[in-house]
Amino acid sequence: MSELITSFWQTYNTLFYTTFVHGMLALSIYITLSCGQLSLGNAAFMGIGAYTATLLTMKAGAPFGVSLIAGGFLPAVVALIIGIPTLRLSGVYLAMATLGFGEVVRVVILNMEITGGSLGLNGVPLKTELWHLILVMGILIYFFIKLRNSRFGRILEAINEDEVAASVMGIRATYYKVWAFAIGAFIAGVAGGLNAHFTFFISPREYGFEPAVDILTFAVLGGTRTLWGPLAGSTILTILPELFRFLGPYRLALNGIILVLVVLYLPNGIINRDTFTNLRRFFKKEENA
Amino acid sequence: MLKGENITKDFGGLRVLGDVSFEVKEGSIFGLIGPNGAGKTTVFNIISGLLKPTAGRVIFNGKDITKRPPYEITSYGISRTFQNIRVFKEMTLLENVLVGMHRLFSYSAFSMFFDLPIKRSEEKALREKAFEILSIVRLTDKADLKAESLSYGEQRKLELARALATEPKLLLIDEPAAGMNPAETEELMEEIVHINGKGYTICLIEHDMKVVMGICSHIAVLNFGELIAEGSPDEIKANPEVIEAYLGKEEQSA
Amino acid sequence: MFLQQIANALALSAVYSLFAIGFTLIFGVLEVITLAHGAVFMMGAFAGLIAATKFNAGLALTLLASMIVSGLAGYLIDLIAVGPLRKRKFHHLAPMIATIGCATIITSTYQGIFGAEAYRFPFDFVPSTSYDIGGIQLTLLQLIIIGISLFLMVVLIFFLKKTRWGKAVRAVAENPKTAALLGIPVEQVFRLTMSISSAFGGAAGVLTGLNFNTIHTFMGGPILHRGIAVIILGGMGDIRGAMAGGLILGFSEILSVAYISSDFRDAISFGLLFLILLVRPSGIFGKVIERKG
Repeated sequence: MSELITSFWQTYNTLFYTTFVHGMLALSIYITLSCGQLSLGNAAFMGIGAYTATLLTMKAGAPFGVSLIAGGFLPAVVALIIGIPTLRLSGVYLAMATLGFGEVVRVVILNMEITGGSLGLNGVPLKTELWHLILVMGILIYFFIKLRNSRFGRILEAINEDEVAASVMGIRATYYKVWAFAIGAFIAGVAGGLNAHFTFFISPREYGFEPAVDILTFAVLGGTRTLWGPLAGSTILTILPELFRFLGPYRLALNGIILVLVVLYLPNGIINRDTFTNLRRFFKKEENA
Repeated sequence: MLKGENITKDFGGLRVLGDVSFEVKEGSIFGLIGPNGAGKTTVFNIISGLLKPTAGRVIFNGKDITKRPPYEITSYGISRTFQNIRVFKEMTLLENVLVGMHRLFSYSAFSMFFDLPIKRSEEKALREKAFEILSIVRLTDKADLKAESLSYGEQRKLELARALATEPKLLLIDEPAAGMNPAETEELMEEIVHINGKGYTICLIEHDMKVVMGICSHIAVLNFGELIAEGSPDEIKANPEVIEAYLGKEEQSA
Repeated sequence: MFLQQIANALALSAVYSLFAIGFTLIFGVLEVITLAHGAVFMMGAFAGLIAATKFNAGLALTLLASMIVSGLAGYLIDLIAVGPLRKRKFHHLAPMIATIGCATIITSTYQGIFGAEAYRFPFDFVPSTSYDIGGIQLTLLQLIIIGISLFLMVVLIFFLKKTRWGKAVRAVAENPKTAALLGIPVEQVFRLTMSISSAFGGAAGVLTGLNFNTIHTFMGGPILHRGIAVIILGGMGDIRGAMAGGLILGFSEILSVAYISSDFRDAISFGLLFLILLVRPSGIFGKVIERKG
């Protein structure tokens, strides 16, 4: 029995870890979405974090925890800088601007010597362990739960619902949006650092346009109204291709089909505010039957 | 208390407000009336900072607030409601009011994260206060319902409560009686007078003449973006230009 | 040498503009950012390839085939994914996400069928003659690419300015509700726009495939990046913007490869992009977007 578990783990531990990382990334975009901002820059922030953390552990011999935190801070600082001019834009323009920014970051990484250019960095030490991932995820979930019933959560939601009405209530929308953006960047950066230290190898390609779009789809699929939505979305979209490995390249088409179906028929994503109440009611009915 | 000086607003080639000046005295209920499209809501938008005038100034308690952003203007003590009701639909009534009270909160994100006593005590105290505000508009029994489940009239009351929550000195109310039946309108009039009695200065945009003539101490009339009359309700009622502005519209639709 | 680079830059710009025009037209009319445009581009390239190799088609038919296939793809995308969303109350990003789904479906299906290898057009599909025009050496291929791109753009502009349907498209781009009140069949206009724009994307695809003589199932990605850069630079929803942006990007890429280094090609383009984003986010021809409060 324990042999079964060991071999299962050997085959699938990377998938497990990746699911955690994707969950964190989904949460990183969730916080910006929760105040109505669509940022497609989180893959870039992840990249900045990954490279920062990796260079610190590999070249400066820094302890893992320090590298991770630095890997969170640098993207957050960058987010603060570019957020202020960029977050004056709205909707699609903001999305494109953050996407463009992400491209710039990718290209900069591509051209710096210290990052190894297009060849990336090889031989990243294996430092991430399961408990790291669980701990960080736990902290994140705790943070979001605390956020929901606090004044900050209400402010973000007010901005999300009606930014004009919120501003007239005295809320300085840009300030909070930039902070949400920076926190999202921090989370993405830490996720990047954790990810780098179990994949041995990082390259600019992992932090470009396609990953940015993937992160968005995690959140949208799962539902952007609660923190559980993005987690559900990221889990499903990460595990599904593995379950359907036998389909070869077509297995990604399955993700695409699911995405289109969810967008058409579950516009608020799989999990929305009422999902839990509805589930409870559903189970209550079964009990009474 | 509030002075608009020579306010002009152009949208491209269209002049929406032309050289409008008015004064709202502290403690009064000031009425802003005029046919549809006269520019009344534009005046509110300019006062509250959502729009910048092409020319002119807005002075509040001696301070020039013309170019200030909305959140700052709110901190000076001006709050408003919207013609087409902009409550936060997915939030509960209590949460809506709490958002209005957000300036009264001071606990940090750190306190939030570690659930420190200051956070808990502030939340508790301010929730109680929010409840009190809801009681002014008699919506306490629905405090935990989502705003979208409210009737139209109730949503209007919620918006009022939320605006009150910001602890304003001046309250701009935009067409509160729209879509209300006579009984609700009566209740509304009482509530506005009641609020005014508590010390809030009120500036009111309204079409229902019964309301305007009934509670306003001073009235300004706009037509096609220009101020055509200003004075007490009796003066306005008798003003021939005002009558023509309104009657003229009636004749068009006859 | 510099003059030579102009030839290369013009050809590249032509294709970028062609691609971006479809992209920006969809945004201007449907207010949707279609992230499937790269996939449609790739479909056009493969359609052209198959026409040329399997059916021995000449250039004209190859181009036609690619435009038809891509146009059809665009039509279907609107029919199945984007169109139905218009009838429901949706998150403003929903159509974009739907196009992401479509792109994934298309790309992975093609990857299943065609694999990851690079394909080529038949040898000498376009004879490799070159012409001397005003001191610049332009190959026949480059002339064709520039010529066809310009031709298509001119046709489009003519269509939009002078024909009934073209005016309908512009009316809907201006304000769909008003257009509907005026009796314009807005749904059909949306479909038409998607089809035409995608056809242009397909044309850009086959021309790019010819330009670099490489066609592969991953080619949708890089061009999509470029397309986004172009419309950000030029301003979204404006055809002149697509053309201006295409020129800027094409020239900056070629010139930076020639005079700085190929490593910095992308850095320059996106550095430019980023600068525009900070200074004038709406792009050169975009409407200045003001936010209240």
